Amino acid sequence: MTSVAPDAKPATTQPIGLLLSAPYAVYVAAVFAYPLGMAVWISFHDYIFTAPGVSVSRPFVGFDNYTTALADPAVRQSFVNILIFLVINVPLTVVLSLLLAAALNAAIPFRTFFRVSFYVPYVTASVAVVGVWLFLFSSDGLVNQVLGDLAPDPSWLINERWAMPSIALFVTWKQLGFFILLYLAALQNVPRELYESAAVDGASRWRSFRAVTIPGVRPATTLVTLLAIITGANLFTEPYLLTNGGGPSGRSASPVLLMYQRGIEQQHPDVAAAIGVLLVAGVLLLAGLQRLVERRQG
Amino acid sequence: MKERIPFAGAAVLSLVLAATGCGGGDATSAGGDPTARGAIDVWFSNNAQEVAWGRQVVEKWNATHPDEKVTAQQIPASQTSEAVISASIIAGNTPCLIYNTSPAAVPNFQAQGGLVPLDDFADGTSYVTARSGELGAQYRSPDGKIYQLPWKSNPVMLFYNKTAFAKAGLSTTAPPLATYTDFLATSQKLVSSGAARYAIFPSPSSQFFQSWFDFYPMYVAESGQQLVVDTKATFDSDAGRAVAGLWRQLYAQNLAGKEAYTGDAFADGTAAMASVGPWAVTAYQDKVDWGVTGVPTRAGSAENQSTFSDAKNVALYTACTNRGTAWDFLKFSTSSEQDGELLAMTGQMPLRQDLVREYPAYFAANPQYRVFAVKAAHVVDVPNTPASVEVWQTFRDSWSNSVIFGKEDPDKALAVAAAKINDLVIR
Repeated sequence: MTSVAPDAKPATTQPIGLLLSAPYAVYVAAVFAYPLGMAVWISFHDYIFTAPGVSVSRPFVGFDNYTTALADPAVRQSFVNILIFLVINVPLTVVLSLLLAAALNAAIPFRTFFRVSFYVPYVTASVAVVGVWLFLFSSDGLVNQVLGDLAPDPSWLINERWAMPSIALFVTWKQLGFFILLYLAALQNVPRELYESAAVDGASRWRSFRAVTIPGVRPATTLVTLLAIITGANLFTEPYLLTNGGGPSGRSASPVLLMYQRGIEQQHPDVAAAIGVLLVAGVLLLAGLQRLVERRQG
Repeated sequence: MKERIPFAGAAVLSLVLAATGCGGGDATSAGGDPTARGAIDVWFSNNAQEVAWGRQVVEKWNATHPDEKVTAQQIPASQTSEAVISASIIAGNTPCLIYNTSPAAVPNFQAQGGLVPLDDFADGTSYVTARSGELGAQYRSPDGKIYQLPWKSNPVMLFYNKTAFAKAGLSTTAPPLATYTDFLATSQKLVSSGAARYAIFPSPSSQFFQSWFDFYPMYVAESGQQLVVDTKATFDSDAGRAVAGLWRQLYAQNLAGKEAYTGDAFADGTAAMASVGPWAVTAYQDKVDWGVTGVPTRAGSAENQSTFSDAKNVALYTACTNRGTAWDFLKFSTSSEQDGELLAMTGQMPLRQDLVREYPAYFAANPQYRVFAVKAAHVVDVPNTPASVEVWQTFRDSWSNSVIFGKEDPDKALAVAAAKINDLVIR
């Protein structure tokens, strides 16, 4: 048994620790903290991007860019859209990925095949798999052919009510493989003894799932929820490709899509930065609420 | 430090938006020596024919200018070439010349301090004027300077699928498409007969430039005007309302597609018509038995009616240090001989006066392009106006909401969009 000398330095001040963590700290500072700080700074100034050496005045404008962003009905609509997206996507992601992970963790035939099948959409570029979704959900697509008269009119992707839920469903399906993987890893850590005890106590499969599996993978659920919120809030490619850039009438436009339009295409990086800061604030708020709920649940 | 701010700003947006990354580059002042000589870089579009043209022009230049070598590459891939050029301006690593500069993006690039006025060169104004004549006047910027050399146009016309027209019992040599009434009746017949799923299927996407292929060619044909003239939007007019009214009917009757389409609707027979430029001749020659005619107007199309130019021009960027070489290469690559090569290799129309008379041998050998050459003398481009992209996005949003999805009265939507655009242009 090794003993620790009373005058030993705390682990945090060990030079080797600092040395090993320094590259990542520099990376985070350079590509995350500094740009984030710049984005906040830009959002409070009248700012345009210019070529190096071009002198432009960039006065402080207070909350003007935020006012401009929030006064824009398209921006307000995009935040409502993303909220609708998250309300559908996050619970669906958590429930489906947990259920499927539990199923794929059991000894079922073709288990590897199913695991790969769920993972393939995640590693395939959205641009490529969007074609599949269009084949399914366009006006004369497979889904409408099956539904017949029950199909919505206008069709899913050009219907104000269904466009965003359709995108949420698509993203859920596309990302499911990754979240299943997280849950599969978590399930490996649930002690077998707990299941055996539950079985001895006469618990049904469902009861065992509720009493053992769900509490056992709670840290993974927290991670999945958080990641689903963050990736969902960054939605861009799907509305860009599936619904013609946020249609119909802006009902599937996301804040990031509008940041691209305002910041890159229309040369208003200050307003785009304000939208971005509002989005970050919104995500932090949702994440905070989620943490609060989790803590209360024990 | 000051020079790093824009780069950092670009980086944050690039990260957050997953847009094109920016490389580093030497700080370059907006001013520069117009006589400096040495090696230069240029970018071409990724169209295969244009790449071939670019390769041969660079080889010819390099063979006779060993001390002023030109290196060429395709524009890096991105959401749009405008986005990648903009990011490159901010990073200070643009090449000297880009042969795919969209006139709509020029006001933005100019505001960023990314463009060199061609008037800076002693013979700048005279060369541009001599090569393009009256057609070039519309590319002059509001500050009176010339930031782009008019290069090539793709006069938008109406292609029609002869097989689909024959199936619908319509003439394939003189189809009834000249007036709005004819166009609508023909569209209805094409769809109701089952000859095609849609009569026409321009992209219904909300990207700012999509109106260049549905509304704008017809509006230009109807009015002969740009979208904005003398800081005033022009489309809240009889002509604008007529075009919007026609398209509203096409969408309301499901004669035009409203959904995203992954392929080429005209090439695969989903749509019987397409509004496209001469690039389409080679694109469709082995896929569709096509005919071509002017876009319709209320009174009926005429040979001298205008259409949208869909031009791409050449601009010289401020990151360029060897500007003397860049200017000479620009002149070499837009000489009469190289314009002829461009025409022969790509089928796209050099933005020059009287193409038919200047390249008679080509048009004798390729009669299918003659109609585009004639039309190339009557092209109207996007207005060179401040906030150009924002102006087009404002128009597109309004068009999408009212004309494509019918959520608003198109006449009212045009009036509101015009008021917003007037405000943007004078801001």
